[in-house]
Amino acid sequence: MEKTVNQRAWFLVLPVLVLVAFSSVIPMMTVVNYSFQDSFGGNEFFWVGLEWYQELLRSGRLWDAFGRQLLFSSIILAIEIPLGILVALSMPKKGWAASVCLVLMALPLLIPYNVVGTIWQVFGRADIGLLGRTLSDLGISYNYAQNAFDAWVTVIAMDVWHWTSLVALLAYAGLRSIPSAYYQAAEIDQASRWSVFRYIELPKMRGVLIIAILLRFMDSFMIYTEPFVLTGGGPGNSTTFLSIDLVKMALGQFDLGPAAAFSLMYFLVILLISYVFYTVMITIDKDEAKA
Amino acid sequence: MDWMAWTLPTALFFIAIAAMLFGMSLLHMKYPSVARIGVLGIETMRGDRLFISLLGSGFINLAWIGLVDAPQYGALIICGIFAFCVFRWV
Repeated sequence: MEKTVNQRAWFLVLPVLVLVAFSSVIPMMTVVNYSFQDSFGGNEFFWVGLEWYQELLRSGRLWDAFGRQLLFSSIILAIEIPLGILVALSMPKKGWAASVCLVLMALPLLIPYNVVGTIWQVFGRADIGLLGRTLSDLGISYNYAQNAFDAWVTVIAMDVWHWTSLVALLAYAGLRSIPSAYYQAAEIDQASRWSVFRYIELPKMRGVLIIAILLRFMDSFMIYTEPFVLTGGGPGNSTTFLSIDLVKMALGQFDLGPAAAFSLMYFLVILLISYVFYTVMITIDKDEAKA
Repeated sequence: MDWMAWTLPTALFFIAIAAMLFGMSLLHMKYPSVARIGVLGIETMRGDRLFISLLGSGFINLAWIGLVDAPQYGALIICGIFAFCVFRWV
């Protein structure tokens, strides 16, 4: 029987196309247009060519923020991924305790970003905060509002507190999907705990861990609200990450042209990283399907 | 459309991108793309190679702006060579 080809089915895609056009394509086009022009308000624009790109790429501001962003994301991944796996391995496998653990682990994920920032802002204060006061009483000099190192430690601790449970939940789901036959075979072979982890659990968690790394990297790479509420990007510019710098430029200084150029470069980097992660995930999926 | 601050060069840029996508779609209908594994060791279709070419071209242009004091046409020539290499070997 000959298969009927009906091209009218393409019209079913039209609503999605319209939605994507208005939510991302048209704003993106506008940003591209702004990045080559200067504006003094009143919806008047003047062509400046590549000036904003030259200015940004040859100034330290963009590179400093980019360096801080990369360092922050690297530290976050280096802490949250192993810690999340460790937490998942320690969680009860079944019974009421497993349910309680799952609920507790999900709690930090439900707290809005600005509330997390506020919690840690109060928590770290030397006069009224539990952490700040305790450290002061122990004789440890700690002030996240004045010391760059303290600010970094607090921002990292806050992110670890907020997001490690996501990694733990993903890793836990990966662990639960391993058939018990693998563990029985390991027991028969008298495999050590490390060997079980290295040769059974870790390879089986590979897919979810890649997703966890992707999610955490992307989220930490565009982090804004939590450090903005906690430190406002300071002291100085020590915790001014890419998105904080971008908002300062676009809304604080109202430099639409440079901010548009900045956001396009930011977008290109994110696009590249997303493509690399996407390719890795697809390759892993295909490898697993073949195995 | 005033708020979008359109200019002729940016309009031409988007028309070129749209023409590329349209052309690739027509090409795919006439000659369906076949997946292959090239020098990067990943499986790519014709559309993937176009995406890699465009993404790479973005970075080549930025590097040219940041590092070289010469007209942007130079970057365009490098982008052409890069795209050719991607379509040939990736």
